[in-house]
Amino acid sequence: MSYKLQFAELLPYWNVLLYGLAFTIVLTVVSTVAGIAVGTAGAAARTFGPGWLGRVVAVYVELIRNTPFIVQLFFIFFGLPALGLKLSETTAAFLAMVINLGAYSTEIIRAGIEAVPKGHIEAGLSLAMSKWEVLRHVVLNQAFRKIYPALSSQIIIVMLGSAVVSQISAEDLTYAANFVASRNFRNFEVYLLAALAYLLLALLTRSLLRALGRVIFKAR
Amino acid sequence: MLQFSFWDILSNLLIATQWTIVLSLIAFFCGGIVGLILLFMRTSKIAALEWFTKIYIEFFQGTPLLMQLFLFFFGIALFGFEVSPWAAATLALTFWTSAFLTEIWRGCVEAIPKGQWEASSSLALSYIEQMRYVILPQASRIAVAPTVGFSVQVIKGTALASIIGFVELTKAGTMLNNATFRPFLVYSLVALIYFCLCFPLSWWAKKIEGRLNVAR
Amino acid sequence: MSLVSIRDVRKSFGTNEVLKGVSLDIAKGDVVAIIGRSGSGKSTLLRCINGLETYQSGSIVADGIEVAGAATNLRELRRHVGMVFQQFNLFPHLTAAENVMLAPTVVNKVSKAEARATAAEVLAKVGLSEKMDAYPSELSGGQQQRVAIARSLAMRPKVLLCDEITSALDPELVNEVLRVVEQLAREGMTLILVTHEMRFARDVGTKLVFMHHGKVHEEGVPKEVFAAPRTPELQQFVGQVG
Ligand SMILES: Nc1ncnc2c1ncn2[C@@H]1O[C@H](COP(=O)(O)OP(=O)(O)O)[C@@H](O)[C@H]1O
Ligand SMILES: [Mg+2]
Repeated sequence: MSYKLQFAELLPYWNVLLYGLAFTIVLTVVSTVAGIAVGTAGAAARTFGPGWLGRVVAVYVELIRNTPFIVQLFFIFFGLPALGLKLSETTAAFLAMVINLGAYSTEIIRAGIEAVPKGHIEAGLSLAMSKWEVLRHVVLNQAFRKIYPALSSQIIIVMLGSAVVSQISAEDLTYAANFVASRNFRNFEVYLLAALAYLLLALLTRSLLRALGRVIFKAR
Repeated sequence: MLQFSFWDILSNLLIATQWTIVLSLIAFFCGGIVGLILLFMRTSKIAALEWFTKIYIEFFQGTPLLMQLFLFFFGIALFGFEVSPWAAATLALTFWTSAFLTEIWRGCVEAIPKGQWEASSSLALSYIEQMRYVILPQASRIAVAPTVGFSVQVIKGTALASIIGFVELTKAGTMLNNATFRPFLVYSLVALIYFCLCFPLSWWAKKIEGRLNVAR
Repeated sequence: MSLVSIRDVRKSFGTNEVLKGVSLDIAKGDVVAIIGRSGSGKSTLLRCINGLETYQSGSIVADGIEVAGAATNLRELRRHVGMVFQQFNLFPHLTAAENVMLAPTVVNKVSKAEARATAAEVLAKVGLSEKMDAYPSELSGGQQQRVAIARSLAMRPKVLLCDEITSALDPELVNEVLRVVEQLAREGMTLILVTHEMRFARDVGTKLVFMHHGKVHEEGVPKEVFAAPRTPELQQFVGQVG
């Protein structure tokens, strides 16, 4: 192989790449929080809500889980303006991420709720708690404890999937890498660096979530 | 200017869907073969092999599939080969798929009680023989559901091949959108076609899983 | 006037009629022991009383509240009707004290401090003062069941429903739970117990109810009923169990 990798040529663009990295991190954090909120509401609706609402949520979940994220993103960014809903690249990226993680976490949290023994719910009810009080104080805590690892993996999967938002010019890490590559033509070096940054981010997220889990669920 | 009717759009999308299916099948089967080899390495108890697979899996599960596509696309070029999106997509999707399948299958292998390993090794079976005759036949039973479930991820993963210029369903959608300026219709149809490909597999995976739980 | 009045209650699961016209009157201070074969409808009857199951016809009035499906103020009803389950059903993520404090704080909006004081009192009553901060997984079955009893008592119920609360326990742990129930009976708590402990039913119960095929087959004062069962079904049942 005659080609020599030249990482030095990336140096002038460090601020672009750093900005992209920050964008990806913020995108992940925000959509994680909002996505889990959506997922919790969705799971509650599916297990404790009225039947029609449960069916609506089920359709949402299946639609998202059975189509590629990039198509969801294109639909939101290019398709929705046709209905008069024009979104900026950044807004569309955040929205798509939340909708996507919302669907997956609905399914994950629902499985957690269903794993809570029925007897615990009945015990709560027989203590005069309402359905929603039982959900909040008895069911969700146990459910989250159980599905925390699955939810953590999903968060990382969604973080890695977020690379796709570069395709609507949302300025994430991949967008930054594309930009640098278009300037200095060191495609392989840029993408290798970006890939390693993602890898580091994934590993970091994993240990962070693990530590967080230990703090939240320390009680046994 | 060329006029596209609804049927023109749909038929063009369906033609491109063939390539989504072909790419999915290749990635899934090649990924399955590589994954099986990695599975043997991962569970071999030979430190070097285990470490290699661990790093391999960490890389392909810990970086975006899109980055992997870029790396293969531009990496092949470094060796002076003509770059085709087709080759880059096939390679990246195969390796990406194999990493996930290996992990899924490892979970299934580890779900087999230790006693099965001990009993089979006490019968003087070699490691390969243990896997072949005792462990895999049992593990494969519980592996079907998550494997079918992952095939949905593979189909969705092929959509990213559009970004390096491989013309499959998503790329066709983008091209048709540029030609027709009817993004809502085009992307709705694209989503619908993906749904029709993926949903039966999701449904089937769930059904098998349910049946296994009942059987146990 | 009776505290719980059950009139001709019928209940089916699909086509399977499980309660076929059950009537019972339970006065304040009664200790009702319900016995009968597995599947005779004992649990279902108990669950109907606090609205965990709905029934198709008849009526149940508990502490002046008509238990009638969706229209019932279940929250009000359940504040006065406690229930203890065979499987304890303690909340695993909460300590013993937190298990006891949950309903008073959430439902009655009692302050944490006050709830904690109540928890200390009821846990002392069941003999678990030292285990206030233990998690359910750190307790034996008998201890868990006593926490579950304390959890119900913290709501100051007028009636306590107990569904085979010693059936999931190892034999050597049964007595510590029965002693707690006996103590409650002596203090005048109204109890409705489904039980397989015949001796306990005879010695502690003020009323014995034998259920058979979804009906009250025989009832009366425990000592008399046990001494001279009138129906062949009860004779046979007592013969088998006793
Ligand atoms: N949720 C339910 N759905 C259908 N059938 C039930 C349900 N709960 C109880 N049953 C049936 O009702 C009958 C009485 O059950 P149960 O009240 O639990 O009896 P017991 O407590 O006396 O053993 C049984 O035949 C049981 O199979
Ligand atoms: Mg029962």
